[in-house]
Amino acid sequence: MKKILTLSTALTAVGFAAAAQEVTVMSWGGAYTVSQVEAYHKPFTAETGIKVVSVDADNPATPIKAMVEAGNVTIDVADVEYADAIRLCDEGLLEEIDPSILPAAPDGTPATEDFLPGALTDCAVASIVFSTVFAYDTTKFPEGPTTMADFFDLEGFPGKRGMRKGAKANLEMALMADGVPADEVYALLETDEGVAQAFAMLDKIKADTIWWEAGAQPPQLLADGEVVMTTAYNGRIFAAQVAEAKPFEIVWDGQVYEYDLFVIPKGAPNMEAALEFVKFSTDTQRLADQAKWISYGPGRKSSGALVGLYQDGVTEMAPHMPTSAENLTNALASSYEFWVDRDSELNERFNAWLAQ
Amino acid sequence: MVAIETSGGEGLRGGLLTTADGKPLKQALAHAQARARRKALLLVVPLLAFIVITFVVPIGQLLFRSIHNDGFSANMPQISAWFDETKAGDAPDEAAYAALVADIAAAAEARTIGVVGTRVNYELSGTRSLFTSAGRNAEDLEPPYREALLDLNAKWGDPQLWGVMRSVSSAYSANFYLAALDLARDENGDIVRAPEDRRIYGMLFMRTLWLSALITGLCLILAYPVAHLLAVLPLAKSNLLMILVLLPFWTSLLVRTTSWMVMLQEQGVINNTMVALGLVGNESRIQMMYNQAGTIIAMTHILLPFMILPLYSVMRPINPSYVRAARSLGATSWTAFRRVYLPQTLPGIGAGALLVFILSVGYYITPALVGGASGQLISNLIAYHMQDSLNWSLAAALAALLLAGVLILYWLYDRLIGIDNLKLG
Repeated sequence: MKKILTLSTALTAVGFAAAAQEVTVMSWGGAYTVSQVEAYHKPFTAETGIKVVSVDADNPATPIKAMVEAGNVTIDVADVEYADAIRLCDEGLLEEIDPSILPAAPDGTPATEDFLPGALTDCAVASIVFSTVFAYDTTKFPEGPTTMADFFDLEGFPGKRGMRKGAKANLEMALMADGVPADEVYALLETDEGVAQAFAMLDKIKADTIWWEAGAQPPQLLADGEVVMTTAYNGRIFAAQVAEAKPFEIVWDGQVYEYDLFVIPKGAPNMEAALEFVKFSTDTQRLADQAKWISYGPGRKSSGALVGLYQDGVTEMAPHMPTSAENLTNALASSYEFWVDRDSELNERFNAWLAQ
Repeated sequence: MVAIETSGGEGLRGGLLTTADGKPLKQALAHAQARARRKALLLVVPLLAFIVITFVVPIGQLLFRSIHNDGFSANMPQISAWFDETKAGDAPDEAAYAALVADIAAAAEARTIGVVGTRVNYELSGTRSLFTSAGRNAEDLEPPYREALLDLNAKWGDPQLWGVMRSVSSAYSANFYLAALDLARDENGDIVRAPEDRRIYGMLFMRTLWLSALITGLCLILAYPVAHLLAVLPLAKSNLLMILVLLPFWTSLLVRTTSWMVMLQEQGVINNTMVALGLVGNESRIQMMYNQAGTIIAMTHILLPFMILPLYSVMRPINPSYVRAARSLGATSWTAFRRVYLPQTLPGIGAGALLVFILSVGYYITPALVGGASGQLISNLIAYHMQDSLNWSLAAALAALLLAGVLILYWLYDRLIGIDNLKLG
């Protein structure tokens, strides 16, 4: 009896020690989280023995602010958009990450040169390039909309639209649909007239739009027939197209692309494990591996060559990437300089507009 | 023990009743009662502490936050001191600009410049970037600082900006209440209405009150006959029916709301059924969700038990012979209902209506899920400012106004109907 007790106590102690070695990663849910679990979390646990707990949020940047300000940080790593990474860093809500600790490329190129331009900042390491595009249901429109302007054309393409509930990407798309060239969008949005022009464009479809918040929603809305076309993160549509064989088609015209980055909130409970996780997940092979699961471009140059087929073994990934040449004919790189500073006021305006 | 002597020499002194040990009776009684009260108090102390910690303190903090925000004053000490020394309307001199630049540089170093910019941006939209970009360039700024800052951005000379900075240099301010009422201060400090494209809260308060009243009315109309049926049926049958009322009541709120989404969607159960029956065409499916209709339908269903239960508890003990007596004395069934039955159920109507109304004024999850843009209530905006914009002071001011509104309604109810008439069960 005594032996059993000792044994079970010892086992419990081992259990506690193992449980202490874990890292909590907050991401965007759905197909995107699945790709991270497959490409990063599982191999990380296999190699280091550190358990990865995955939690989801509509936008992981918002809980970080609330957590740090309330002094109750429960996550170690978060996956956020570029403007949010910069802003959170500016506000002292993130730990700084020294880029020199990141692993070099296989050919020895240091990380600072291997990452795409701007993919490393004081507090963040980019993992992927993703894009906000719009997609439609091919059973509703066999000919299909082909340009951003078609998304705002209710007469030519009748039916409900889906858009993300927020100002970002929507304002840019509205201006591009109104004929503004991609390289003039942000200069115009800096002016009051430009913002008014964008909202006037959104006014056209406001009554027929369903506003989504989580990235997993738009493919669902399309599949349910609640909308005939919707803006979405390109990887989500790809996952529905290929993995679930849904009749969806992406329109790349007017896409708005940017980085998603890993950050560590200030006061993360498992700092060391968090840094290990970021180092591990952003090496050349892992970033290339993620593209096996979802159509987001890797943040490292050296990963590009390793990107091959989707996990089904037949689908070539390259044409589905936001950065592939034929998808970039009329594309806009999201400007973090613009959104870092204008995010709160434009969202305030957006909310007032939405409620009116 | 209090032993009273009413006869004999020392018990009566100067006409006062005293105890055996000579204390005046009044004092001795008070003493004994005080001990009993202390014991009673000890019994309720846990509850009292619980209420203070989980209710009074957070509400106090919330009210405090709605008038206190030190995002600017705590991080910009030098310029705040300059504002203290000068009076409103004083043009900023070179010393002011120097203090401002020093503060911006320090705040950028401490990574608090974003907090400062955000605080000013609450009052004057479009100014956050002024601070953050100045923070990034703070090291390159050289005297004379006025020219240096104006070179960076001409807005630094704007009197309105300086007026706002002066007002936020004090941590205490009523401006969040102004913002919550769609008001703002102009450059002279006068209260004016907010620009039209920013007015949102007044409309949302009205919408919240109106929808809550509508939902309360719908609940009453639906619940009254149900409660009556439950009350007049034999107990065995009514208990069975009561399960049907209670089952949804015990089901998770989220589950009920998502079930409504399945029912109400454009490709959902109700629309599919109507199309199958030929009531509506496939192309003209009815939009019942992502608008006010969705909020009203789902909330009415979810809040219905809160109306049925108090009504039932009031109707059950009503003696049916009253209505029979009225009928036998010649009243029509309508008059008997109106003059005899209805007045007896008033305490239940009052309780149910108050309960449903106050619950729906603060409703949040259901409108967020099925309300779309037009079905959002004020709580959704409070949640937005709590979780997304992190303007906790504004969220607190909005919540305080909502609380005040509910308290006023409660007071009105007490004046008109009387709170002791309330019967919850």
